[in-house]
Amino acid sequence: MSQTTTFEQPNTGTWDGGNEPFKASYGKLMMWFFLLSDAFTFAAFLTTYGLARHRHHAYEGTPEAFTFSTQWWPIPEKVFNAFPGFHGVDWPLAFVALMTMILILSSVTMVLAVEAGHRMDKNDVQKWLLWTILFGSMFLGCQAWEWTHFISGTDEGMKLANGSVIHGANLIVNQYGPPLFADLFFFITGFHGTHVFSGVVLLIMIFINTVNGVYHRRGHYEMVEKVGLYWHFVDLVWVFVFTFFYLV
Amino acid sequence: MASHAHHTDEFDETANLPKPQTAVIWKTFFILCGLTAIEFAFAFMMDAGSLRNAIFIGLTIFKAFYIVGEFMHLKHETKGLIWAVLIPTVLLVWLLVALLVEGTFYGESVFNYFK
Repeated sequence: MSQTTTFEQPNTGTWDGGNEPFKASYGKLMMWFFLLSDAFTFAAFLTTYGLARHRHHAYEGTPEAFTFSTQWWPIPEKVFNAFPGFHGVDWPLAFVALMTMILILSSVTMVLAVEAGHRMDKNDVQKWLLWTILFGSMFLGCQAWEWTHFISGTDEGMKLANGSVIHGANLIVNQYGPPLFADLFFFITGFHGTHVFSGVVLLIMIFINTVNGVYHRRGHYEMVEKVGLYWHFVDLVWVFVFTFFYLV
Repeated sequence: MASHAHHTDEFDETANLPKPQTAVIWKTFFILCGLTAIEFAFAFMMDAGSLRNAIFIGLTIFKAFYIVGEFMHLKHETKGLIWAVLIPTVLLVWLLVALLVEGTFYGESVFNYFK
């Protein structure tokens, strides 16, 4: 017996099992790898946007003389210049700036909830989760308004060669430019908005669990961290959507 | 009361974990706001062009670094996890650039062929 034990010395290296080489739990690792796969989806969208944009002519005149036409890809700040309550006023990118601020703020309140979770401070976790839910819902509301405005269009619309005027955009006609511009707007911001919506649902679920003391009894608030990872990823995607759809 | 004692034990255990400080969180928030403000400044004070787009992409990568590093805490994870996330991302960016360059060329040749 003593001979066999000397031969079967257990391996204790980092990758020999029985420990956590990445010092992160299974759930957290799987969230990371899920987010990585999600990044592939959004990369596919941005690639499509780049190719579709290149396939169309760029506008070559001065920005002041810009008009909507299916001949060229629109300048984003001429499309996204509306603000709720200021009908017909030209405020380029102001509403998108507000939406960006709301989402960054929601990210901050999310980290604060995670930090409170580390301290096992149930009240603080609840408070910061509620703020995050509020900012997330506000972002969704803003997006709903933006979509409504984009779909219903401006008073001027786009004049066609036959004299008729198009107002707003859908998947087939688009007053702001080539139909593909509207399609990509709906798909990219819509896919991101779906992620925000799922995030808000997850946040409400963990908020209910926190209030019921589920995580306190479990001894850790790791679920808040996992949902936090997802929420920050949604913020990250918005940073890229903002740059490639609204700025470039 | 046994369960109550149990809770206090757990509380003590977690209190020993390295505690992230809110100062860092707010600092990151102001950096992100500042970078976004700079992006807006460039959007209105500079004419569109490749240089401006390069500046936008650079600032975006800076923002991504702060969100992933600080908010998602990746900076403070083990090296193995950092590489496991970073290497596929870098390959993904390569794929994206390659698809854009090759796809543009391919799209143009198809378009010119039927012209």
